[in-house]
Amino acid sequence: MHMADALMSPAVGGTMWAATAGLTAYSAKKLRKDLDEHKVPLMGVLGAFIFAAQMINFTIPATGSSGHLAGGMILAILLGPSAAFITMASVLTIQALFFADGGLLALGCNIINMGFFPCFIAYPLVYQKIVGARPTRGRILLGALAASILALQLGALGVVLETFFSGVAALPFATFLLLMLPIHLAIGIVEGLVTAAVVSFVWQAHPEILALAPAAPAARGHSHKPLWLGLALFAVVTGGILSWFASSHPDGLEWSVKGVTGQEELAAPREGVHGALARIQDKLSFLPDYDFKKPAAEKQAEKPESWPEISTGKSLAGILGAALTLLLTGVIGLGLRRYCSPGKG
Amino acid sequence: MSHHLVEVKDLEYAYPDGTKVLRGVSFRLTHGEAVAIVGANGAGKSTLLLQLNGCLWPQAGTVRIGDFPLNKGTLSYVRRTVGMVFQDPDDQLFMPRVYDDVAFGPLNLGLPPEEVEDRVMQALATVGAAHLKDRPPYRLSGGEKRAVAIAAVLSMSPAILVMDEPTSYLDPKTRRQLIELLKTFKHTRIIATHDLDMVLDLCSRTIVLKEGQVVADGPTLAILQNDELLHSSSLEKPLCLQGCPVCQGRKAPAD
Amino acid sequence: MATIESSLLNIGYLETLSYQQTPLHRLDPRAKLLTTLVFIIAVVSFGKYEITGLIPFMIYPVALIAVGNLPPGYLARKILLAAPFAFFIGIFNPLLDRAVLVQLGPVGLSGGWVSFASIMIRFTLTVSAALILIASTGLNAVCLALERLGAPTGFVVQLLFLYRYIFVLTDEALRLMRARSLRSFQGRGLGFKVFTYLIGQLLLRTLARAQRIHLAMRSRGFDGTIRLLRPLEFHLQDAVFFLGWSSLFLLLRWYNLPHQLGHLLTGLAP
Repeated sequence: MHMADALMSPAVGGTMWAATAGLTAYSAKKLRKDLDEHKVPLMGVLGAFIFAAQMINFTIPATGSSGHLAGGMILAILLGPSAAFITMASVLTIQALFFADGGLLALGCNIINMGFFPCFIAYPLVYQKIVGARPTRGRILLGALAASILALQLGALGVVLETFFSGVAALPFATFLLLMLPIHLAIGIVEGLVTAAVVSFVWQAHPEILALAPAAPAARGHSHKPLWLGLALFAVVTGGILSWFASSHPDGLEWSVKGVTGQEELAAPREGVHGALARIQDKLSFLPDYDFKKPAAEKQAEKPESWPEISTGKSLAGILGAALTLLLTGVIGLGLRRYCSPGKG
Repeated sequence: MSHHLVEVKDLEYAYPDGTKVLRGVSFRLTHGEAVAIVGANGAGKSTLLLQLNGCLWPQAGTVRIGDFPLNKGTLSYVRRTVGMVFQDPDDQLFMPRVYDDVAFGPLNLGLPPEEVEDRVMQALATVGAAHLKDRPPYRLSGGEKRAVAIAAVLSMSPAILVMDEPTSYLDPKTRRQLIELLKTFKHTRIIATHDLDMVLDLCSRTIVLKEGQVVADGPTLAILQNDELLHSSSLEKPLCLQGCPVCQGRKAPAD
Repeated sequence: MATIESSLLNIGYLETLSYQQTPLHRLDPRAKLLTTLVFIIAVVSFGKYEITGLIPFMIYPVALIAVGNLPPGYLARKILLAAPFAFFIGIFNPLLDRAVLVQLGPVGLSGGWVSFASIMIRFTLTVSAALILIASTGLNAVCLALERLGAPTGFVVQLLFLYRYIFVLTDEALRLMRARSLRSFQGRGLGFKVFTYLIGQLLLRTLARAQRIHLAMRSRGFDGTIRLLRPLEFHLQDAVFFLGWSSLFLLLRWYNLPHQLGHLLTGLAP
């Protein structure tokens, strides 16, 4: 469920980056204060472990497909929230850089979706509450299952919200949500079962290892600080985007209802340039998120003119121009390569 | 040169689960000695080594390094004096580049950057790995990793080198090069190993551990020729002391 | 199992690419990192129906691939491999947004298709920029740049550690999987139970390794702080690279080059 840059608006990407940066700085500071120097190598190696573990797969019974581990919850159980969050953030950064999973702008979203929710919400609020200081097999199973499901549902909700507020994809909010939540319910169950099984295995082999984690502070009083900080940050970010959205488009909510039901009318073909223009205007009022990512208000005014493709002649100009630009780009590239590589000279 | 002495007295250690690993180990090394610690798997070799620089603390007995007993107060002096080369170089080379790894110790000592630079390059030159300085550790061969791991310790100018299985994972030629390198060192060397041929080459003295106790301590040649001692300690006479096993094998049926 | 090996090879290959000595590789990592970010923000800041305005941005990846002597075919394959998510979300656009936006003679192109194409172009641009950054800079240098730009040291050290041990642990996972597949017949032994034992084993080994590494670190005076000795110098050419590209991106963002070109052409043609 990696968000991709291509579906993002700078506003959403930027706010999520800011939230991530704040949480990372907070977690790093917290770790330094705890002076848990043994965690430095432990976090590094466990991050690599998540990578390696994701490559081992298993056959999901009766489906023929295979599953693997996502890892946020297992890290939280072994490391505690702050260290697990930083570790998960580093795993996602490597994935963004080397495997183009997500992207650099979407990295903030991905760290929130797959790092913040399991580490700062699902682990302290669900897993720790259920498992407590004295783990049993049953409690571990129940806790891991419930926490993983919650984490993945929240993560899926995050993806939907971020996509919706970015406004690049046309998928309506409710439809997208109905698409994502059930899929991630299934993924969450599998993740929870795997987490529970692995944690039980480790707990039976070396019970003292799990004793490390409850030292992770979420059960104690002051420890809810990161959680509330994160939640508050999330609320502010969401609220900010919502209010921005609402003020420039007072009927935004109305639109989201209409947007799902009223598609058929829109699809009815009309003819001619005027018809097209009218439709564009329809569209502008129908898809307020279209303007959403223009930070400069004055840009809105010239918007209709900035779509010269509307008339046949102008479309031709646009396509010709684009083709020419591509051609030029290719020529420059080839020239540079010839110029720069001595081997070919 | 008394400050290069290593003295271990009545050392005892048990794992948290109660298994006793060391039961009263004592020995004393003087400056420049090369000593092998040999014994079966589980005899306590690695545990003993970890006591020498305070990675583990003895439950009874004392360790003295140079003029100081090992305790919390002398820990940083001891760690600077005793350079520890671990068995798996992947555990020891944790920094992103060879250079950073060799500089890790000197930087932690708080040395100024120019001094660090000098020490790193000198340590790398000593082990013949100067050309590897910009490589990440996972791009090194087994022999290169071992050489760099040794350099990473040398850069702190230790007086005593402690090595756990330095020749494991090495091909015969690289092993030979490593032995030749270790011969040139003037440090006090303590080597835990199963490679008895190397012991014969490198160490004048050998300590045999069995079930957490010293069962023999003396000149290497004498110990490695004592068949009974070797057998009872799960060891085997080094090949070069066995004569030619093929010819011997031929002789036997002919008799 | 092929996937483990290939993804390891992938990381290794990108790393190898970053060892090259080209003018691009020699630049300060901060200059490249910041330029990449400006590029991505410029690209995603376009409206959802923009296509022509995005095309000139191709010059950035194309020029860098050329100057940095990077393999275009390999990068293209990596981009394709990462495409599914953007593709599957984007493909709903043509289904949901069917109003005709572009009239090309008899053919009417719906807004959905236009925005879908726009998503795929954005995707290609942003993903290639990130891959080029790593292939021309290497992760270690990117981490160094991050630290100098103010990222928390704890996070940067974590990234470096993680990257260092990916190779070691993936190798270990590979050995475990080989051992499993050599002894599993007709797909038996690939199920959930064995899977959790494997992961559990790997986790125990990982924890033991972390302990050994910690000992090795403490033996060399580790006190909780990682110190890096690596001077970075921001030269004139780094500033030129960053400011030059950034102003080009701004220019291309506000000034639609293909339109002007097209107008010129259609204006000249009878």
